[in-house]
Amino acid sequence: MHKFRRQKMLLLGALALAGGVVSLQAAAADGGDPTDNVSGKLLLTGGVSQVEGSAGGGLTPWALIGSYGTQGQFGANAFYTRVNVQDYHLDDAGAMFGIDNRVEFSVAQQRFNTEDVGAALGLGRGFTFKQNVIGVKVRLFGDAVLDQDSWVPQVSVGAQYKSNNQGAILHAIGAKSDHGTDYYISATKLFLSQSLLVDATLRFTKANQIGILGFGGDKHNGYQAEFEGSVAYLLSRNWAIGAEYRQKPNNLGIAKEDDWYDAFVAWAPNKHVSLTLAYADLGNIVIKNNQHGLYASVQVGF
Amino acid sequence: MYKTLPCILLLAAGLVAGTTVSAQTTMQPAGSGGDAYPAAPRDPALKPVFEEFGGKPGLVALMNDFMDNLMADPVTRPFFQNADREHIKAELVDQFCVILDGPCTYTGKDMTTAHRGMNVDHADFNALVEDLQKAMNKHDIPFRAQNKLLAKLAPMHQQIITKP
Repeated sequence: MHKFRRQKMLLLGALALAGGVVSLQAAAADGGDPTDNVSGKLLLTGGVSQVEGSAGGGLTPWALIGSYGTQGQFGANAFYTRVNVQDYHLDDAGAMFGIDNRVEFSVAQQRFNTEDVGAALGLGRGFTFKQNVIGVKVRLFGDAVLDQDSWVPQVSVGAQYKSNNQGAILHAIGAKSDHGTDYYISATKLFLSQSLLVDATLRFTKANQIGILGFGGDKHNGYQAEFEGSVAYLLSRNWAIGAEYRQKPNNLGIAKEDDWYDAFVAWAPNKHVSLTLAYADLGNIVIKNNQHGLYASVQVGF
Repeated sequence: MYKTLPCILLLAAGLVAGTTVSAQTTMQPAGSGGDAYPAAPRDPALKPVFEEFGGKPGLVALMNDFMDNLMADPVTRPFFQNADREHIKAELVDQFCVILDGPCTYTGKDMTTAHRGMNVDHADFNALVEDLQKAMNKHDIPFRAQNKLLAKLAPMHQQIITKP
């Protein structure tokens, strides 16, 4: 049943995309320069792709609309991310499309590999949870980069529809559902005089370990507000460093969940590629505590 | 308590940024009406940045490269190819000099008047900023100094961008 819902969302998303592209083409049909439609934003002001595929930092979405397309333009990015902690690893890939610096669509697929823990749990070594995410984000108001004489941040709202393929196992560990939607609101501001970007995000979610372990649980099964934040310091035109924090719920009795942290370095030599390396601290995951390790991500686009 | 500590740190980072910003500039709530953002808002705190730009001779050299970039850029060229580029360069020198608390006076037009009827959009504006960044990079102006100047120029988008 939920498979049809996912397909419907994909179709709606595709139609909206097509509509957006057609209207932009029409707007540019006055014979504008071919460079007019793309890449109008300043370097590093599109963010990178966070783990669920939305534009932002590594862990958390920002109010920035993804890609380098500014007003009247469109842009797209694709990413691949790998997270290696001691007892698990995550492969994560996706793509996003930004229109008119107003709306962002994204898709992502996460594959969480339990390695030897899978064997210990009787699921088989390398047992993998696969989750598909469809995201949408709308900029409500503000411009994080240009509004330098105002306290008003750029504010966006977004949703991430998530669907996990291991329904039976999720049910067995106490999760109430194998799919769910996160809703969030983000406020982002670049303080140019300090070369500092700050984001605060509030996410309403039922997801256990961002959905890898299902949605809702025996301990708690309602939406909760979780705080997420990022700070990024622009070292130079092509380099940024920063840190993030992501608060997590604790819905499952058998799998304690911790807040996530990371410290990152991002490099964008041009508008077509960026690389992010981070040290990620993911705390307890299922039966293994103190999980931490390397986060590496590459994003390409225009 | 363990959960709230990072929240506090994050808010602290934002507050530090905010208070250092307010020590240097006047931050208004958006749409506070009243006077439009000035064409050349002088900021005494930026005097050291004026030196990093090489003073007035540095600004003159910078504007030459800036205008070369604007003419080479297919997005911005249409706005400058029929203009009095020498006059514009001289006005830009004065404008930046005043902003950086140099010994100059800006006698040029306000930003709304200067750009009226040009149909400047976001992509045009950002292309100009990139051309300026390229020129500043060529003159080895430190990145943080560049951003302090750009922070003063960015709010002018309200008056300059007329095509939504």
